[in-house]
Amino acid sequence: MKEVVITFLCMAILLYFLLGGADFGAGIIELFTSTKNRSKTRKTMYQAIGPVWEANHMWLIIAIVILFVGFPFIYTTMSVYLHIPLAIMLIGIIARGTAFVFRHYDAVKDDMQWLYNRIFRYSSFVTALFLGIIAGSLISGHIDPQATDFYTAYISGWLNWFSVAVGFFTVALCGFLAAIYLIGETKEAHDKRRFIKKAEFMNIAAVVFGAMVFIAAQRDKIPLIDWVFKSTVGLSAIVLASLSLVLLWYLLIKGKTKVLRILAGFQVTMILLAISYAHFPNFIRLKSGDAISLLETVGPEKTIYSLGLALLLGSVLILPFLGYLFYKFQKKEE
Amino acid sequence: MDDFIAARSQMALSLGFHIIFSCIGMVMPFFMAVSHYKWLKTNDEVYKNLTKAWSKGVAIFFATGAVSGTMLSFELGLLWPKFMDHAGPIFGMPFSLEGTAFFIEAIALGFFLYGWNKLNKWFHWFTGMVVGVSGLASGILVVAANAWMNSPAGFDFVNGKYLNIDPIQAMFNKAWFSQALHMCLAAFTATGFAVAGVHALMILRNRNAVFHLKAFKIAAVFACIAALLQPLSGDISAKDVAKRQPAKLAAMEALYKTEKPAPLLIGGIVNEKDKTVKGAIKIPGALSFLAHGDFKAEVKGLDQIPENEHPPVAITHYAFQIMVGIGTLLLLVSLTYFFILFKKKALTEKRWLLKLFVFAIPLGYIALEAGWVVTEVGRQPWIIYGIMRTKDAVTPMPGIAYSFYIFSAIYVSLSVIVTFLLYRQIKMVPILYNKTEQNDN
Ligand code: HDD
Ligand code: HEM
Ligand code: HEM
Repeated sequence: MKEVVITFLCMAILLYFLLGGADFGAGIIELFTSTKNRSKTRKTMYQAIGPVWEANHMWLIIAIVILFVGFPFIYTTMSVYLHIPLAIMLIGIIARGTAFVFRHYDAVKDDMQWLYNRIFRYSSFVTALFLGIIAGSLISGHIDPQATDFYTAYISGWLNWFSVAVGFFTVALCGFLAAIYLIGETKEAHDKRRFIKKAEFMNIAAVVFGAMVFIAAQRDKIPLIDWVFKSTVGLSAIVLASLSLVLLWYLLIKGKTKVLRILAGFQVTMILLAISYAHFPNFIRLKSGDAISLLETVGPEKTIYSLGLALLLGSVLILPFLGYLFYKFQKKEE
Repeated sequence: MDDFIAARSQMALSLGFHIIFSCIGMVMPFFMAVSHYKWLKTNDEVYKNLTKAWSKGVAIFFATGAVSGTMLSFELGLLWPKFMDHAGPIFGMPFSLEGTAFFIEAIALGFFLYGWNKLNKWFHWFTGMVVGVSGLASGILVVAANAWMNSPAGFDFVNGKYLNIDPIQAMFNKAWFSQALHMCLAAFTATGFAVAGVHALMILRNRNAVFHLKAFKIAAVFACIAALLQPLSGDISAKDVAKRQPAKLAAMEALYKTEKPAPLLIGGIVNEKDKTVKGAIKIPGALSFLAHGDFKAEVKGLDQIPENEHPPVAITHYAFQIMVGIGTLLLLVSLTYFFILFKKKALTEKRWLLKLFVFAIPLGYIALEAGWVVTEVGRQPWIIYGIMRTKDAVTPMPGIAYSFYIFSAIYVSLSVIVTFLLYRQIKMVPILYNKTEQNDN
């Protein structure tokens, strides 16, 4: 059952990056949209993610619940040493989630909209940034449970070059995912062109920040290059991601929007795979050089068994329903 | 502010905030389903508008409930890492099932909110019901997790180690049923009275009386049935507490000395230093009856419990008084309402009754919060009753006080905004729903 639970955990994290990421990305795109186009962007976005945004966020909760039930030591280590970035990300989640709904459901559309919009955009950015920072910190090897002073224990674990670079990289990826997603959601040629521009912009940003991640890794002595280029899986993942980028731009010109989405998702998946494969199943790398592994900290057998069963049962109930939801609200576009 | 106190306050604040929204999320779908059903059956446009108006309110609350819940699942670790380290694998079962229930709820809500004119109308109705049923299921599951903290089960505690963990047994601990039952009823009582009261207010102000009267009736019937059952279920809870947590029962009743038979205290000022209660009304033997079903039974007082295991008596006692007082009051309101219904009197003529309902708007929620204070403060100093102390579970990170201030500010602003939005929603009813059709969603 261990394997089932770990598979679900990885799936949930991946899906949160892709779906939740696209969701944050929508706010980030809005942040980088000129004032005169904003209201249109907003409308397209609402139609696109409105019906599913609630479901997108469930992946985070699933991941967290799997962690605290199945891998409590990992959950508590994160909670203690990444307390501050987690709290900031939570504030972001609260702010953007509520602002998104408030601005749509406010019965009177007046100056309050200005406030909701501001909050939504900036908190989308902050949430994605800190999600990335947290992910970066887990593998950066700066977390130090032996620390005796406040700064080493609670700050330097996440406030380092590498983690911050991963944070900005994540922001760019989220924006990229959202732009690709939105291209398919609009019918007007003018808007399509706008979102394609945005996708280009975010793609370039992702490449730039991606390079920064490598530089920061070098500076912080993280063997990122070894992980990516010295393992077959890491290398193939990066090659596939690059190849799909070429294909992606070709399809973009051709205007094949549905395949685009799959490709963009595939690309991000490959990037995550490249970064994480080499040290899997280690989940947190510590300053001492040790690592906390999923396999070694897995909870008691009966718990894992029931957890796995609950997850399997849940997916049997959920997946058809979820698939139908996406299908139903995709179809109306055609 | 001391970090430990800050952590406790932050937890209490987050839970107290979340519970309001989760109750609405659990109960409103049922109100909507009734109204929706009536629309499908009678084709009366008012019911359709009512369903839509309610569903907009619910969307606002649902989002707030969801983000505050997400917050909580992190907070358990952020504030109580040592608790979660041990408790996670034991009491996690309900949370993982709850994940499924939430997920279904979220998907069904997507269908429901965006499905107008897009889905088969009965399937659409059904998705609304699914929202309600899965919401209720998740409520029951989380409460089962909380019940485990009151009545730990499903593991052996040997030399500080947690062995032979059985999450299923942990979920079906001794307290889960009484707590879950009482909680579900409380959700219906609190939300029902709040909703009925708001619509009663609109009727009194003569705004769209047809619309609001229909809304009022649906909410009031749910609320009053639940309020009738509430004291019965509370009695089950009290007997349960007497058995498994005598210290909590003693604190609820401020019973410093073991007595046989024990009197029930109503009101009174607790002096924690001298261990006395002044000015309470005593009903002889009533506590013995409440706790053990026998007017002559002995009830354990705090004198039989080591001093360092005493919960804060005054808070627990006052909170219990508030809950029971309100419970009794709501019971009377319900009886009156059913009497009037039975007599087939026109409600609009009974303005005093409507005023009573307006008065009751906050009462259910006050009782609900008070009830949780009884349960949670009454468990102190334990986080896992008899196993782990709360102060041993708190995070080692200093500076939690700042986190508490920041989150308090967030919760306060959210409450203000949600209230403001709701006020606007209600104010706009005549404009949005008086016309025959209106813009979708
Ligand atoms: C509308 C809200 C409401 C109302 C009117 C009442 N309660 Fe209550 N009560 C709750 C809402 C609540 C609650 C918030 O839902 C609690 C907290 C934990 C729980 O399981 O339910 C609770 C807990 C709770 C407990 C502690 C259970 C435990 O710790 O396991 C007892 C003994 C009672 N209640 C008893 C009563 C009695 C005798 C009532 C008589 C009228 C009553 N309650 C009315
Ligand atoms: C007695 C206490 C609780 C009850 C009755 C309750 C019930 C609910 C309900 C009905 C919802 C659905 C949201 C809505 O409709 O507004 C919800 C949301 C949520 N709750 Fe709670 N809850 C309780 C406490 C907790 C606790 C302690 C946690 C965390 C450990 C938690 C985690 C969550 C999460 C993560 C969500 C969001 C799910 C979503 O996105 O739909 N809840 N809760
Ligand atoms: C939503 C309804 C709930 C409310 C209003 C509530 C209220 C409170 C309050 C007032 C405290 C502070 C007690 C004190 O320190 O004196 C507290 C503590 C706590 N509660 Fe609850 N509670 C609720 C449900 C739950 C549930 C469902 C769980 C977990 C499954 C939970 C877990 C905790 C934890 C871990 C603490 C901190 C440790 C402690 O003080 O014992 N609570 N809660």
